[in-house]
Amino acid sequence: MFLLPTEEAHTMTDTTERKNPYRLPVDQLKAKSLELRRDIITMLVEAKSGHTGGPMGFADIAATLFFHELVYDPKNPKWPGRDMWFYSMGHMTPIHYSALAEAGYFPLKDLMKFRKLDGHLQGHPSSLDTPGVEVSSGSLGQGLSIAFGAAYGSRMDGHPRRVYALLSDGEHEEGSTWEAAMAAGHYQMDNLCAIVDYNNIQIDGHVEDIMGLAPLGDKYRAFRWNVIEIDGHDIAAILGALDQARRCKGRPTVVLARTVMGHPVSFMSDQFEWHGKPPKPEEGDKALAELGTTYAEWSGRLLNN
Amino acid sequence: MKKTREGFGRALAELGKTNPDVVVLVGDLTDSTMVSFFAKEFPDRFVEMGVAEQNMMTAAAGLSLVGKIPFLATYGAFATCRCADQIRVTVCYSDLNVKIGGAHGGISVGPDGATHQALEEFAMMRVLPNMKVIVPCDFEETRKATLAAAAVWGPVYLRFGREDVPVVTGAATPFEIGKGILLRDGDDVAIVACGVMVHEALQAAEALAARDIQARVINIHTIKPIDRNLLIQAAEDCGAVVTAEEHQIHGGLGSAVAEVLVRHCPVPMEFVAVEDRFGQSGKPAELMAAFGLTADHIVTATEKVLARKVARVY
Ligand SMILES: Cc1ncc(C[n+]2csc(CCOP(=O)(O)OP(=O)(O)O)c2C)c(N)n1
Ligand SMILES: [Mg+2]
Repeated sequence: MFLLPTEEAHTMTDTTERKNPYRLPVDQLKAKSLELRRDIITMLVEAKSGHTGGPMGFADIAATLFFHELVYDPKNPKWPGRDMWFYSMGHMTPIHYSALAEAGYFPLKDLMKFRKLDGHLQGHPSSLDTPGVEVSSGSLGQGLSIAFGAAYGSRMDGHPRRVYALLSDGEHEEGSTWEAAMAAGHYQMDNLCAIVDYNNIQIDGHVEDIMGLAPLGDKYRAFRWNVIEIDGHDIAAILGALDQARRCKGRPTVVLARTVMGHPVSFMSDQFEWHGKPPKPEEGDKALAELGTTYAEWSGRLLNN
Repeated sequence: MKKTREGFGRALAELGKTNPDVVVLVGDLTDSTMVSFFAKEFPDRFVEMGVAEQNMMTAAAGLSLVGKIPFLATYGAFATCRCADQIRVTVCYSDLNVKIGGAHGGISVGPDGATHQALEEFAMMRVLPNMKVIVPCDFEETRKATLAAAAVWGPVYLRFGREDVPVVTGAATPFEIGKGILLRDGDDVAIVACGVMVHEALQAAEALAARDIQARVINIHTIKPIDRNLLIQAAEDCGAVVTAEEHQIHGGLGSAVAEVLVRHCPVPMEFVAVEDRFGQSGKPAELMAAFGLTADHIVTATEKVLARKVARVY
């Protein structure tokens, strides 16, 4: 699949009916995040490569975003009235793609072609290959700048869109993240909301050991941001934070979401080894058992949809 | 004599009037990149990004996603080298409509020295899929190139300079991205130049004509996509080619021309370019002479290439 950008697709006009197509309540969002986690494990077992821990830890936030918060039309990915979200942490593709597929952007069976030559799901997201991906990413530290630009342009047009920058904690070591934070604070981008997957993990270990990031909230406050700190697995808290962000005027909001890498799989939780490896089939079976399914059942569900 | 960067600045101000989608971003260099004309007339579409080029590049990407046509301006050295990753992953891999204005290109920047004399942009930009690279030769051509960049989809790198340079083209000279311009006909040798070296090439051709050597002069203002047909025809007709550019010898115009000719019509070639070294402080004209970028150097290179042509040394 090759989606060439066209000028028509980028003109902003029709913004009627701006709402999330699902608007699921909390209990159904919990069920959805469980499905997303099953997708992640299953597609990674099949792909035999890819990132497990971060995507698992981000599933509650992704479920809330895609099935309650974000405004989009999966059948018309370039619909001008849409919100925009940017996975700055490109390696989060397993959660990014499973949420897009579950939301209806492309068939679930495509997930079983993740990272394969005959699929359209690149290891890191490619906007020209995959519907629903606004911008290619995979080099950390760029998403907040992109989101800033999209938010700035939307505000110039008086467009009601909200723009979400989905950031990792590790990429706050990139200077460019702070260039963007400074600009967003300076320009009072209140249509911009950053969500940080604050799992305190990066490739080489715990973030605090590799390059101390705390106090991250104070840093953002010093850059003139509204800061909300939550438990990133508490869906009601995520909904509350997104709502509070929407109501904050004159400042961009950052939601520092405390997450546990690999959550809730026992042997993956808070283990930085799970940053960038897929489960072996036996590990996949164990994880899927903890998630209440089997590989046969869940891969069957994906392949038949 | 007129500045190419003024052509960029004037064109942006024109675009401000004709195209409401055009937005200009600058990295604390409003006057020297001459986006000041636009800033003054269209303050609502002008974004000061401060000294933060990486953020400026990716923010421009974000602006393009919501339908804007962002032009950003900073010195070419910083626009390319500092933002290489942003340009590669975000702008080019996503094929976004970002226009990069690289000011202060080449050694002719003068006294600021090597850090500010961009000599690597052609190589760095033309290697990236989806990127177009344009190197106009004078005020008028820079103006037209800037207007053309706004009219075409996708990433464009525009290189222009700091100093006053001779005016070679007129308002009526055609400009089309990817279409080289035959400035002078001749069958003994083809001189293929871009940027300020176009004027030097014309002077060299004049000097050669006095010695009964008829040089064809081609202005290749677009290094990518390059005008293959014009180059192949020139090589076929002349049997020898000299390239001239204000850029490192590796990876620039000379390389781009060679890549076409070795496959389609190999002929002896010589390159006039900076010989794999950094620039230095000095007056622009002094530097052009010291770094081998004058009409005289093109004449010398032509003599060499003609000797090889006669001896059939490829
Ligand atoms: C610019 C850049 N440098 C290095 C990398 C390689 N890399 C991929 S993820 C990562 C850091 C992982 O930490 P974090 O972003 O917090 O992700 P998590 O492990 O929590 O999923 C690194 C260094 C990269 N993708 N981009
Ligand atoms: Mg992390």
